[in-house]
Amino acid sequence: MNTSEISDPFKKARIESGCGHMEDQNDPATMLLRLKDVRKSAHNWKTFQSGAAPGRIVIPSEVHIRETRQIPFEVDPPEHKAYRNLVEAWFKRPLDEAYQQKLTTIVETIIDEVLTKDNIEVVEDLSLKLQSRALTLLLNTPFEESEKWISWGTHVFRSEGSSLDGDKANILYDYIDAEIDKAIAKPGCDLYSVLLASEIDGKKLSKEEVKGVMILTFAGGRDTVINALTNSVAYFADNPKSIQYIKENPEYTGKAVEELIRYFSPLTQMGRVATEDTVVCEHAVKADTRISLCWASANRDETVFENPNEVVLDRKLNPHVAFGFGTHNCLGATHARQIMNIFLTTIANKVASIDIIEAKENIEDLGDFKRKVGYDSLTVKFHNH
Amino acid sequence: MAKITFITSDNEKIELEATSGSVMQLAVDNGVQGIDGDCGGVCSCATCHVHVLPEHVSKTGTASEIEQDMLELDDNVSEYSRLCCQLDVSDALDGVVLQVAK
Ligand code: HEM
Ligand code: FES
Repeated sequence: MNTSEISDPFKKARIESGCGHMEDQNDPATMLLRLKDVRKSAHNWKTFQSGAAPGRIVIPSEVHIRETRQIPFEVDPPEHKAYRNLVEAWFKRPLDEAYQQKLTTIVETIIDEVLTKDNIEVVEDLSLKLQSRALTLLLNTPFEESEKWISWGTHVFRSEGSSLDGDKANILYDYIDAEIDKAIAKPGCDLYSVLLASEIDGKKLSKEEVKGVMILTFAGGRDTVINALTNSVAYFADNPKSIQYIKENPEYTGKAVEELIRYFSPLTQMGRVATEDTVVCEHAVKADTRISLCWASANRDETVFENPNEVVLDRKLNPHVAFGFGTHNCLGATHARQIMNIFLTTIANKVASIDIIEAKENIEDLGDFKRKVGYDSLTVKFHNH
Repeated sequence: MAKITFITSDNEKIELEATSGSVMQLAVDNGVQGIDGDCGGVCSCATCHVHVLPEHVSKTGTASEIEQDMLELDDNVSEYSRLCCQLDVSDALDGVVLQVAK
């Protein structure tokens, strides 16, 4: 088995019953494993709500470590739409050429640097740095802020063994509180200031609401992007021909990005809370219990994807749900796609091959299943042409 | 060379000509409002939803099952709905008129 392989632990259950089961802090979740069920249930926000107690739709549940409602993530329609309208245009800025040029500089600087080193540890030395520096563009905050975010390390939202650690999350919450106060005292052109100045139905967003958006922007875009980048490095190390392929066929970079994101599915699942007794794929779901939309399983659904366990860089039909589906589809997807696109292009232009020295996998424990989502550490050597 | 017309939700009419590529790409390259093409055309985002004007349906043919499954859950889907990233520009499309869904 190649180091970079990400296997599909859901196959048997997906084919046989369509569901899985996961215990989590006395609030179990029925996991939906088939693409159609995941899509349908994501679409059906009336029966499967996001606006439950803050933290409850996250698995493992964050109910005991967080009170702030994440916005727009933990809000249902119609309120969801009002929040989403406020921020949609801001999160499309990655489509601007100037944004992409700055992002290219960030990516090239990091790749140039790793090419001069003997060995690097990808998670800390590459992915976390790139993710943090890129986030300064999305928030429109000074580049130097990224140094602080990098210094937090990768475990700011989870401690070892991926159990949740309230103290560590507090580093982030305290930081965001302080940044909001700064933006109130001296408004600028950053996302904090833009949110503080915006209104819904003539009413200014409260500090708590602004905090809810900012926490989500930090948390939602961190591990996901880090895993996407680290997994890409492992993939290219195992498949040097793919580097060559993108170099020779740059027009396929966009398709390659979608395929890698499908294959990696950096966010394994997200929960919902049933608002009524109902049935999904012949399983009874009681009101006020949780289901999970398992994006990672849906993305390997053999009834939809040909050769689901292979990376097919020029996959033409790729209806994956790695960025979610429907109402809550990923707000950061434009940014994440640009990062991946520029990352692949830069690797193709500058890197000939990558050797894996040592890999420590990050395995999620999901009750019935164990799933590799990325790496705790990945030591490699980059080679230039 | 195919002439393709988009009607946006503001009722703006945009006539474009092309010889190759996807209809979604043509729309995005020309800034047609309401066609975002977020996923780059792999049938994953449904931000390229159009309604083919009924008299032009013979030019576009029908959606594949994968495309239909995507459309089924989209707001304001109709029997004339298509994801235009799945329409390749060719002479067969010449003269087609597409109403942008969003
Ligand atoms: C490869 C990287 C990423 C992946 C795979 C990913 C995945 C997802 C998924 C599956 C959802 C849907 C959650 C649900 O339905 O409950 C989602 C929502 C969201 N993501 Fe991402 N995400 C990524 C990067 C980002 C980034 C970079 C940001 C921002 C900095 C971000 C911000 C958000 C937000 C704000 C939502 C909630 C949207 C809403 O509720 O309307 N994500 N993401
Ligand atoms: S561009 Fe994404 S589905 Fe057509």
